[in-house]
Amino acid sequence: MTPSNQSSAHSSTSSPPPVRMNERPMGPRGPMAGMVPSAEKAKDFRGSLKRFSPRLRPERAVAIVVLLVGAVSVFLTVLGPKLLGNATNVIFSGIISSRIPAGVTQAQAIARLRSTGLTTQADMLSAMTLTPGQGVDFTALGHDLAVVVVVYFAASVLSWVQNYLMAGVTQRTMYRLRTEVDVKLGRLPLSYFDATSRGDLLSRVTNDIDNISMTLQQTLTQLVTAVLTVVGVLCMMLWISWQLALISVLTVPASFGVTMLIAKRSKPHFVDQWKWTGKLNGHVEEMFSGHELVRVYGHRQAAIREFDDANAQMAEHSFRAQFISGIIQPALMLISNLNYVAIAVIGGLRVASGSMSLGDVQAFIQYSRQFTMPINQIASVANLLQSGAASAERVFELLDAEDEIPDPLHAEKLNDVSGRISFENVSFRYLQDKPLIENLNLQVVPGQTVAIVGPTGAGKTTLVNLLMRFYEVQEGRILIDGIDSTAATRADVRHCFGMVLQDTWLFEGSIYDNIAYGADNATAADIEGAARASFAEHFIRTLPDGFSTKLTELGENISAGERQLLTIARAFLANPSVLILDEATSSVDTRTEVLIQKAMAELRRGRTSFVIAHRLSTIRNADVILVMKSGTIVEQGTHDELIALGGYYRTLYLSQFEASPVENADDSVS
Amino acid sequence: MTSLLIQYLKPHKWVLVLISFLLLVQVVSNLYLPNLNADIINQGVITGDIGYILKSGAIMLGISLILGISAITAVYFSARTSMRLGRDIRADVFRRVQSLSLAQMHEIGVPSLITRNTNDVQQIQQLVMTGLTMMILAPITAVGAILMAVREDAQLSLLLVVIVPMMLLVIGWMVVKAIPLFQVMQIKIDRVNQVLRENLTGIRVVRAFNRTHSEEARFDIANDDLTDTSLKVNRIFALILPVLLLIMNLSSVAVLWFGGHLVAAGSMPIGNLTAFLAYIAQILFSVMMAVMTLMMVPRAAASSDRINQVLNTAPSITDVDHAAGPVGESAGRVELRSVQYQYPGALDPVLHTISVTFEPGTTNAIIGGTGSGKTTLINLLPRLLEATAGQVLIAGQDVRQLPQEELWSHFGLVPQKAFLFSGTIASNLRFGRPEATESQMWRALEIAQAADFVRALPEGLASTVDQGGANFSGGQRQRLAIARALVREPAIYIFDDSFSALDYATDSRLRAALRQHVADATVIIVAQRISSITNADQIVVMDFGAVVGVGTHEALLADCQTYREIADSQAEVAAS
Repeated sequence: MTPSNQSSAHSSTSSPPPVRMNERPMGPRGPMAGMVPSAEKAKDFRGSLKRFSPRLRPERAVAIVVLLVGAVSVFLTVLGPKLLGNATNVIFSGIISSRIPAGVTQAQAIARLRSTGLTTQADMLSAMTLTPGQGVDFTALGHDLAVVVVVYFAASVLSWVQNYLMAGVTQRTMYRLRTEVDVKLGRLPLSYFDATSRGDLLSRVTNDIDNISMTLQQTLTQLVTAVLTVVGVLCMMLWISWQLALISVLTVPASFGVTMLIAKRSKPHFVDQWKWTGKLNGHVEEMFSGHELVRVYGHRQAAIREFDDANAQMAEHSFRAQFISGIIQPALMLISNLNYVAIAVIGGLRVASGSMSLGDVQAFIQYSRQFTMPINQIASVANLLQSGAASAERVFELLDAEDEIPDPLHAEKLNDVSGRISFENVSFRYLQDKPLIENLNLQVVPGQTVAIVGPTGAGKTTLVNLLMRFYEVQEGRILIDGIDSTAATRADVRHCFGMVLQDTWLFEGSIYDNIAYGADNATAADIEGAARASFAEHFIRTLPDGFSTKLTELGENISAGERQLLTIARAFLANPSVLILDEATSSVDTRTEVLIQKAMAELRRGRTSFVIAHRLSTIRNADVILVMKSGTIVEQGTHDELIALGGYYRTLYLSQFEASPVENADDSVS
Repeated sequence: MTSLLIQYLKPHKWVLVLISFLLLVQVVSNLYLPNLNADIINQGVITGDIGYILKSGAIMLGISLILGISAITAVYFSARTSMRLGRDIRADVFRRVQSLSLAQMHEIGVPSLITRNTNDVQQIQQLVMTGLTMMILAPITAVGAILMAVREDAQLSLLLVVIVPMMLLVIGWMVVKAIPLFQVMQIKIDRVNQVLRENLTGIRVVRAFNRTHSEEARFDIANDDLTDTSLKVNRIFALILPVLLLIMNLSSVAVLWFGGHLVAAGSMPIGNLTAFLAYIAQILFSVMMAVMTLMMVPRAAASSDRINQVLNTAPSITDVDHAAGPVGESAGRVELRSVQYQYPGALDPVLHTISVTFEPGTTNAIIGGTGSGKTTLINLLPRLLEATAGQVLIAGQDVRQLPQEELWSHFGLVPQKAFLFSGTIASNLRFGRPEATESQMWRALEIAQAADFVRALPEGLASTVDQGGANFSGGQRQRLAIARALVREPAIYIFDDSFSALDYATDSRLRAALRQHVADATVIIVAQRISSITNADQIVVMDFGAVVGVGTHEALLADCQTYREIADSQAEVAAS
């Protein structure tokens, strides 16, 4: 029986709860591992194993040492009971010997027993080496036990060495795997991130890698030791008595059979358990997130009813799943006890009949216990391996994703760019059958402002994607100062641009660090200057630690508008030739918005800018307006030209006009 | 943790007694087997009594069966008890959270409450499940095995006085040394994950600033750090198992050496040696089991602390005993009298002495900068928050005198974040009015300017809504959330900046439709932009938690300084 066969039945007893993925057991799982539900099953177990093994290659030398040390350690451990059995024999024969008067030979003693009809005892004695009249030979016993002590001591030291080395192997391997994934993330094209759900990606790079690490840590040594132990113990058992060994070996298929039978029955209950767990967790999440709605809309009783229903279902199915799978342990215990009884009885009979020594029976009992434990261990390890393989598969999927097209070897340099941008017959589509940008031609003179307008979801960010080379144009080309942007390195292209998006991104660190994100060599004075120029200085000064204030992850401890000011300061410091700006919409309060508008205007001065515009004033003053609708550019021209055209822009403009009397009033003034 | 367990295990006390009894049976039988084995050797083997060997074998077989049956029965009851316990704790936590006020929810945090209601309960449930088997079993086995060992031979059991403390020492060392390291490791794992998460969420910025390599360096530091700690933890564990095994193996050697002397002196039968070895193995095994379950305790204790915190939070807003009756027709009149609100623990109130009235049939706007208290103010109306001073009156009744369910039935709330529930469009629209008809729903969709896109969906009202409404755009979600309020046909509508994701054209059509169709209701709109509220009957201008102006657009332009400033700033933005 191969581990993968066996484990597939085993792992099915514990299909994955989605929540479980986030939980981490406190430490390396010990003998209880089999009780912890593992994650999902691998689609191609062998495949992921094969792909994973090269990652262990740098550890080859250590791994071989680990294997050898482990083998020796197991060999010594396995030897123990047999040696102890010998010691027992010394005691036993000593006892028997002491009952025979000195001077009588062993043969005489046996003959006497036979003549009195005690044939069984006679048989037993005939198999022993006796020194009549003498008691237990403590010198021999001491010698035997000293050997055992040395053997056990060596076994433990080697086992420690093995575990110690193995910890290094797995941790270094995981370090490399994590680095590999991180580097891969840096090479993947933006399209990959846009097409994959962020939660899924995060789960791959965090939960799955954690899971692999856990699996690796716990399975490799255990598996090696367990397999070696099973083989070693089997050999010892066969050596001592092949008849008894046969009985013990029979317990193996019996154990597997019982496990599989029970697992099969519990599987549907586990499926139901996780199904209801998912439902219940989803319900809780929704009802808590929408707490005020649940209350105000009078939905509380309905929410509780739905919860109770799912809760009862979950408890019922969990109970069935836990009970049925919980039978496995007692059932295996029963089998192992039956084995024990059989050995005790048959062994006893054989000692009595002289065909086996008492020490050997004692050793055999110890072996049979040692035999079932690693087999159970292999089962749970195989289960863990499945879960690890499933995670490895998901990580490999990430590692297999296609990289960005590499930068040209002899790239053109983009130094001191003036900001002249031209689109020449540019065509682009995300999906092959959905044309987006077709034959776009656009000339932007340094210092000009291009306004991109259109309703939400019109695909305004597509242009940003192409300019920044987050995506590559499919036809035509984009020229920066007359140089095809694909002829330069991405780093050079991006260096020309400064980007301020609504979706601000800050990281955990001080405000200094966050503003200096674009400029490694910036001094504190530079950073403060940039903050001043972007009107961010005032609010920064009001924070408890000023510029040294630590922002939380994603900058959640300052307001949306303040976050935006910081990203503008960042762009200031980077001092790019071309700007890409996204004007704020209404989630920013009016006062901060004034600052943002001022800062953006300041930033635009003398720079070519592409503005995703929401303000009429920006649009009207733009040199070129690109009007986008459902992903395509439908109109292009100046404000006056487009109004005269009487198309979509005009409609958009008028609807805004109607809804904004204030701006209307302002309109007539300017 | 103990108090939580005691409270929830109480109803199952007889089952617990039964489980303990079953486990005792299990332990006794388990310990009796080596004893019988010793008898086989002492009385069967040595005397060559084959009949005795077979008879003892039969008894052993019977005991094994009893052991198996009692173990399975124990699993049955412990699984049942722990799952019911989990179910009951979950239900109580859920109910308690449902009765908490908004302020109390935010104090603990919604994500944390979700975890408490799900994962944390699971932790406790898991602990009880293993606890009811392993944790009770381990000490009983240990004590039983020690007793049996003493019974076999008191002198030889003196060995236990050395062995047991040694094992406890090793385990104690592990607990002291390893558990803090585990916590450190968890922090390091979180750090690695945080760097990755920041990288993923900010991927565009990272690339725009060409920071891929420096991000890799940042990751590398975190990765290195984690690897170091993991190595330390795992190296401690590398030592523990070999040491425990060594103790156990050396004990066997000691048993044979000292036991050998006792046997030779005739003070102990030889079969007891074998039994003694079996007991030592069982003691060690039970100690290891106990360690494994003990590892679960710190996590479960942390979980139970979090659960207790929820269960011990008394709802801050409750119905009065003799609540006033229904408020009837004129429910739309909302009045605030010198209302003040102060967040628990805050130094200053966020709202002070607010007095304002919203009349039925009028459109009211609230405008002001961030932190001026707009959202806090509207949360006071349906008593989601409770005024710390002053009175909020609905139709002349103090909201505290009304039953909450009755109070809420007059409100149509559209929060800032358009939140949809998973289900169908219809189930969302019926959220506050389960009996709403299709035509009522379509009418609401028409007003909310959502009818077109709902009609375009192949399944119309029956179309699925994913969790959080993820399969709809921001604008669509907002319109569905508005329609949900309209279906209720309440007396008071509250729109908290609910039009932000709509484009200009849709926004103006929606406002026009609202004016036309909900003419009798009180409409309260929180707005950011003056241009969107110039038509309101009454505009409330807020600044730093106080009302600084009330009136129409024209009146406020004439005599409200703050309003003029906001108007000017927006005009200035527009003109720049």
